[in-house]
Amino acid sequence: NTDSEEESMSEGEMERLKEEVEEKKKVIAIMRNKPWRMKRRLVHLKECQEFVDKFEGALGKGKGRKFYAYKVMMTKVLMGLPYGSIPRKTVPRAEQPTAQDYSVLMDFNVEDTVYRYTIRAQFITCDHFFLSQGYCKYSVLFYGYYNNQRTIGLLKFRLPLSYLMVGVGTFGYSLMVVIRTMAKNADVGGGDGDDGEFTFAWKMFTSWDYLIGNAETADNKYASITTSFKESIVDEQENQKDENIHLRRFLRVLANFMIICCLGGSGYLIFFVVKRSQEFANRDDLSWYEKNELELIMSLLGLVCPPLFETIAELEEYHPRIALKWQLGRIFALFLGNLYTFLFALFDEVNNKLEEEVSIRNASIWAQKEYYANFTLYNNDTDTTPPPMDPSDVIRGPCWETAVGIEFVKLTVSDIQVTYLTILIGDFARAVIVRFLNYCWCWDLEATYPSYGEFDISGNVLGLVFNQGMIWMGAFYAPGLVGINVLRLLSSMYYQCWAVMATNVPHERVFKASKSNNFYMGLLLLILFLSLLPVVYTIMTLPPSFDCGPFSGKAKMFDVIMETIDLDLPAFLGTLMGYAANPGLIIPAVLLMVLAIYYLNSVSEAYQHANAELKKKMQMARDEEKNRRNNTESTDQVMKDLEDLLPNRSLLPPAPPPETGGKSTKVRPGTAGKDVNLQKDVSLSSPNPNARGAVTRPPGPRGPGPLPGNGQQGPGGGPGRGRGRGQPPPRR
Amino acid sequence: MLHGRFHELAPHLVPLDYTNQPDIRLPLALIVSMPELKENPFRNRIVEVFSEDGQGNLSFNDFVDMFSALCETAPRELKTIYAFKIYDFNVDNFLCKEDLEKTLNRLTKGELTPEEVNLVCSKAMEEADLDGDSKLSFSDFENMISKAPDFLR
Repeated sequence: NTDSEEESMSEGEMERLKEEVEEKKKVIAIMRNKPWRMKRRLVHLKECQEFVDKFEGALGKGKGRKFYAYKVMMTKVLMGLPYGSIPRKTVPRAEQPTAQDYSVLMDFNVEDTVYRYTIRAQFITCDHFFLSQGYCKYSVLFYGYYNNQRTIGLLKFRLPLSYLMVGVGTFGYSLMVVIRTMAKNADVGGGDGDDGEFTFAWKMFTSWDYLIGNAETADNKYASITTSFKESIVDEQENQKDENIHLRRFLRVLANFMIICCLGGSGYLIFFVVKRSQEFANRDDLSWYEKNELELIMSLLGLVCPPLFETIAELEEYHPRIALKWQLGRIFALFLGNLYTFLFALFDEVNNKLEEEVSIRNASIWAQKEYYANFTLYNNDTDTTPPPMDPSDVIRGPCWETAVGIEFVKLTVSDIQVTYLTILIGDFARAVIVRFLNYCWCWDLEATYPSYGEFDISGNVLGLVFNQGMIWMGAFYAPGLVGINVLRLLSSMYYQCWAVMATNVPHERVFKASKSNNFYMGLLLLILFLSLLPVVYTIMTLPPSFDCGPFSGKAKMFDVIMETIDLDLPAFLGTLMGYAANPGLIIPAVLLMVLAIYYLNSVSEAYQHANAELKKKMQMARDEEKNRRNNTESTDQVMKDLEDLLPNRSLLPPAPPPETGGKSTKVRPGTAGKDVNLQKDVSLSSPNPNARGAVTRPPGPRGPGPLPGNGQQGPGGGPGRGRGRGQPPPRR
Repeated sequence: MLHGRFHELAPHLVPLDYTNQPDIRLPLALIVSMPELKENPFRNRIVEVFSEDGQGNLSFNDFVDMFSALCETAPRELKTIYAFKIYDFNVDNFLCKEDLEKTLNRLTKGELTPEEVNLVCSKAMEEADLDGDSKLSFSDFENMISKAPDFLR
């Protein structure tokens, strides 16, 4: 019985038993890691478990078992289902976008295609009376709605100040978000990231996702794997092409020259048309064409030029990815030309309005004085009661900010309309026609022209970027624009999602514009700056309208800040700011920042150099190892496990076992060979000779030098494993 | 839970009571019809690897084995070993060029031209083969996979 057993055991034996129990427990714990057959595992598990149970109680650790069982149960509960707990994969969808939170939308991870510019007429301004005139004009959508009262209500909400702060703050926040996303992309994707180590091998072995259970997802996955391979193949082929440098350079210079001519021509055309439209503004008898000439010309340019650029770019013979970047850059330049011309037109209008305003202001002040004069004449009352005019009859000045806001809203709305129409006609109608006319047409509509529309990823992304630029510019003058844009983004996402799935086919040639998404983020950043400029300029220079908006009556918009500092903040802050605004302080600060930029730049270059050197070293080391290993023959404990798993032992290759990877440290060629055979014989055919003696004896007799497998598992596991290989140990 | 699934596959064959450890094996065709494996291009190989006779007939023990190896919490080394065996179509403990070609064709469903297939396989072999015998041994494979950024299933 156990009591007498306990008494009769000496301390040494207790120790020994304890160690064995620990060792068995370890085996149970690591059994999961072994590539054994289930049967073997069950057998071992039973063995070890029995042993532990029997002797653990004897050693006074009865509670340990319960705790162990509890632990096992908890692990099972926490582990989840054994065959994957991720639900079936669906087509990934962008989450709800907000107007400013671009990082979400930009996280596309899709491949880009050769740029094919679909209709992207962004500047068709039609007369949208339902939105920009009528009731809406005086709603919260536009700048003019906001009152210029300094504080509102009980909480003293400072409307003008908050308007300005929000306006400027949106830019600051967007800037931060964009830059942070770019930094993150550069970090993760690694700028030029993939250095080509094992590209193909990884693509082959690690690209399939084993949790996919849905047929459609599987199809998508196949397609994406295929395109990924094709991209690498194209990459590889480009690297192997031969070059005639001089001819190529000449052609490239020629192509660039032609394109600059095109851009200049389009700029001049727009300028010319803008001048004409200013003349038209003074006339009343305009035909439809003359009314909309500016927008028409702009959209035609936007339609015609990109394919033209593409054709010219064929002269250049760049790598497709680089060619794509050039193409996108040129379209960007075109867009900028359009945009700034539009802005100049707007500025002209604003100046006109300002002049008009002066006259109206004089007129209304005059009317007011007159009224008071009459009033006091009749009533002898010097109180300043406001004129009893219905608010709707008051003469209003032309609110130039609202006019600007209206322009932007018109732009956005027509952009929306054009996009939706384009998709409807260009993609959907085309698909319907091709599908149904194909039955009764001479040539195969589906295979050749016109076939189905291809999904133009880069065009769409560029469109989104430009749209965002518009919103940034217009948001200060028409706060409601942001809301409109959010609605637009939501609806267009579902709409385009449907259109793509239903009517589009993927491109034939695929490659990415950049390994990370930083190319588009860079464009976005540029647009952010460009849209920041006009707004900040107007805040600083142009006087606000005298009778509408939160800044009315002030000389400049940012006077609000001055006012706040004077009235709301304690006095010393005011003087502090006064000192801080001194140029003598600001110029050194700017110099310091410039120096910091320069320093950080050179530091980062140094790091890049260091990285390149390290990579080279690694490559050299790898090549050396390759050459060295041609002479080594050593064994790997893992190979033993592999062989055991083979269904039929006779399939074992008669040749000596293959070489190992980086696990062997210093195995000499000659002795290692002998070692192999010795090991095999010992472990496969007979019980382990190490079965005698204490468990913790290090695996000495196994041969010279540490064997790779053992190094991995530690002293406890080794003998344990060895024991398991043969028959159960005689200790039982 | 797993036993339930196993039973579902062939209710008339699989007994509900396993205490007598009956030796019931389900054929390959039944196993690959499971939704988790149905879309997998390597489903046949997976089942063959885990079966004792190499033909794809799984006993319940093998079944459990298979799913535990495919589980997310299985250790990386284990997955590496099984991955190697799965991709080894001719079961000679090496990944030779034909094995690679078969893998590639299954992955891309035959969308690549033969020259492209050839190019990809040669490049992959070139990248991973350390001992220059134009086959990938397990150590080559393991060396390559261990450096892969996202080798998880």
